[in-house]
Amino acid sequence: MALDTQECVRNAAGREIPAVINDHEAIPFQGVGQYRPTGPKAAPPIRSCADYPSSGDKQVESIKEALRRAGLRDGMTISTHHHFRNGDLVANQVFDAAKELGVKNLRWFPSAAFPCHSPLIPYLEDGTIHHIEGSMNGPLGAFASSGKMKGLGVLRSHGGRWQAIQDGEVHIDIAVIAAPTADPFGNATGDRGPSACGLLGFALADSVFADHVIVVTDNLVPFPCVPWQIQGNNVDQVVVIDQVGVPERIVSGTTVVTKSPDRQLIAEYVARFVRDAGIMKEGFSFQAGAGGITLAFALYLKQFMKEAGVKARFIRGGSNQYLVEMLEEGLTDYILDGQTFDLDGVRSMRENPGHINTSPFTSYNFHGKGNFASFVDVVILGATEVDVDFNANVVTHSDGRLLHGIGGWQNCLFSRCTVLAVPSVRDRIPVIVDQVTTLVGPGELVDVVATERGLAINPRRTDLMEAAKGSSVPILDIHELKAQIDRLCGGAPAKPKFADDFIAAIQWVDGTTIDGVRRVVS
Amino acid sequence: MDPHASCQAGRRGDKIRGDAWMAFTPTSSGGLEIELTSKLEALYGEATRHSLEQWLAQAGVENGRLQVEDKGAYPFVLKARLEAVLQKSLGKPEFQLAPEGKAEPMPPVQRLRPRRSRLYLPGNEAKYMINAALHQPDGVILDLEDSVAPAAKQDARCVVRQALHALSWGECERMVRINQGEMGLADAAYLRQAPFHLLLIPKVETAEELQALEKVVEGTDLLFMPILETALGILNAMEIAQASERNVALTLGLEDLTADLGVVKTVQGAETLWARSQVVHAAKACGLQAIDSVFGDVGDEQGLRESVREAKALGFEGKGCVHPRQIRIIHQEIAPQAKEIDKACRISLAFEEAQERGEGVVSLGSKMIDPPVVKRALQTVEAAISAGLLNQDWRETQG
Repeated sequence: MALDTQECVRNAAGREIPAVINDHEAIPFQGVGQYRPTGPKAAPPIRSCADYPSSGDKQVESIKEALRRAGLRDGMTISTHHHFRNGDLVANQVFDAAKELGVKNLRWFPSAAFPCHSPLIPYLEDGTIHHIEGSMNGPLGAFASSGKMKGLGVLRSHGGRWQAIQDGEVHIDIAVIAAPTADPFGNATGDRGPSACGLLGFALADSVFADHVIVVTDNLVPFPCVPWQIQGNNVDQVVVIDQVGVPERIVSGTTVVTKSPDRQLIAEYVARFVRDAGIMKEGFSFQAGAGGITLAFALYLKQFMKEAGVKARFIRGGSNQYLVEMLEEGLTDYILDGQTFDLDGVRSMRENPGHINTSPFTSYNFHGKGNFASFVDVVILGATEVDVDFNANVVTHSDGRLLHGIGGWQNCLFSRCTVLAVPSVRDRIPVIVDQVTTLVGPGELVDVVATERGLAINPRRTDLMEAAKGSSVPILDIHELKAQIDRLCGGAPAKPKFADDFIAAIQWVDGTTIDGVRRVVS
Repeated sequence: MDPHASCQAGRRGDKIRGDAWMAFTPTSSGGLEIELTSKLEALYGEATRHSLEQWLAQAGVENGRLQVEDKGAYPFVLKARLEAVLQKSLGKPEFQLAPEGKAEPMPPVQRLRPRRSRLYLPGNEAKYMINAALHQPDGVILDLEDSVAPAAKQDARCVVRQALHALSWGECERMVRINQGEMGLADAAYLRQAPFHLLLIPKVETAEELQALEKVVEGTDLLFMPILETALGILNAMEIAQASERNVALTLGLEDLTADLGVVKTVQGAETLWARSQVVHAAKACGLQAIDSVFGDVGDEQGLRESVREAKALGFEGKGCVHPRQIRIIHQEIAPQAKEIDKACRISLAFEEAQERGEGVVSLGSKMIDPPVVKRALQTVEAAISAGLLNQDWRETQG
């Protein structure tokens, strides 16, 4: 199908976005909290027990057979999930089977794609997969950036993915859920088994809303698999294969505490700010992601909490060894976990009653009756670029290439205090710029930019400016910060050259389009 | 030498970041040809080509082929690399490209100032220099000696001079460790106009060495910190301490010293205890600061703490750092400890009261306090205030 990928409209943030995204008219971003769709949510078709074995045994012999029985045909949407991160072995097998079945023009709707999925590039080239809608990390991002993908990439946050499924913007024909442990009925969990990954929250929406749900496991247990994270009553078929994931790749490189002294300094500044500004107080909450800086932040904060005798009510994960230690040492009542980043997290989720399994529905979905992210006291996130209006980018680099997914990043911006902890410059590439290459997070939601040169507080947050007055952390104006970096770098960098055509759309948490990514001309 | 031979400078390879490699091949005609491959082509490719052309024009180079592999080098690094390659090509090691813009104003040269921590920065590794001052050591040492490979000495000299001009060094005292002997004299001559405070002079053994250096830096305000790291140097500590008006501190290097002594360097350090004490005594006898060597194990925080406590107990006032994370630990341990401060405050108050009453004798409770103890207490209070451990108005809260 021929797409006009060049036609564009301007949204409320002043960004040019594609007018049409894969045959659907885009809804331009209207401002934070402005777009209020109405009407009922989407729902899967009614099913009858008469069509399922009363024995409860839904096993079929292979992924290929399960896809065939699910009625796979051209143009369908298949979803997979990234609980195994770079150790996923299932998505590639799904499309191998689809290729063998000779279907074309599939839409792949992963919760995220990783470098381990680069074997799928030939299927994008030969038309088995039409395009990817989901975060693309690494080679797939590079493939899409070069404009070779047939459709537009659509990037959504974890919460935005739930919202798009729930609101019917993305209809999933077949969801394939890789499960570390399952029973023949389809009950499944991620917290045990040889490929244990913790939880399966990213697959929850798919299990509820998809037309057809296939659970794939390498650890089949007799009914019941308890406690289940995916309910067998939503599952159509169960397939047992040799291995669903590579456990050691589930622990990605992002869960290593930074050794860089500059990055440690950033982490320490943030922790001191959180302490000195009075955010760190009895019963507070925080979320720190899996990056090297944020892990170091958690270690500094832990030390300060101990010194002050302060305990948190909850920590939002991505859990890891360091957060688990805080839980087990009594520094927090709960970890509300969205994904587990290492094996300590997996163990703790299995063993600790205070380590709670959450989903994008509870934590991030913007079209719900509230979500957890908005009442976290402070969240520490990364970014590829931040501009002087505090707008931030997390998907493209300054040279315009699309290299990262959004994850829960956009959803977390709604916390009471959002801190972007970033080096001010990376090998002469300024991180603080006059205008972000791609707008992913509106500046009104970014409260603090923390760098090794000090912290810049969003002028909208006069309360934080006041609260930080007694702190020894250096506070500076973001323009001054930018000036320092530009001096070092020999002026602001040139803008990359873009072609007219778009290669991806960036969705906001409400399903509107906040920005488009154009093809880079080299 | 073949006048058309190619010369090189800088560093190349997959692991290099924030640096560049250059090769220049002179030609007698045909103009200039710049071949730039850059990781930052989209962002700074054009700007870099423009800068290179401008700098070549400044140098009066009209013909030749310049190859550049840029791995994210900052402008001052590019300039240093070009400077080095042109020095080699022109056969003029003294050739300099004017630094960009105006250097940040430098804190004044001070004979007496805190020198608790001094962070070593390898002279040919620009990336470690960029943010060094943000970690707030009392001083930074841009090193031309042991951390620089013999083949890279000239390259490092260019990087160090450009970095001194271009970077923001904050309140740090800016030091350069030159090489030994003739090369060291040439280093000093090359750098004498650069904005920095102090020369660290390695392996000093005699007063004559400092006197030779004096001539090179005549007319500047540069201070000296001789490093004693041979048996002869240690034995001549007094003579060396007295050899130059520019001396502000004595320090020592234990790796070289133990090698010279033919002994194994141990954690306990019994083998160098005498040498370290000798350095402390010579320094104090001449009104200089005594500064200890480095603690090399970056990962061993506890070991560093103990090492600083021991150095402080021997009379040292500072320690070298090989990693920014050592700075704060050194400052914490060198600073007067809580008990010490408390006692010093009480003695200071007693002293002031005695003065008000016009009494010569200071007493605390039933104890008489000797004048040197009073003097040290006053110094401790000063040090505690400057380390932020005591409020300026401590009398109101303590008194």
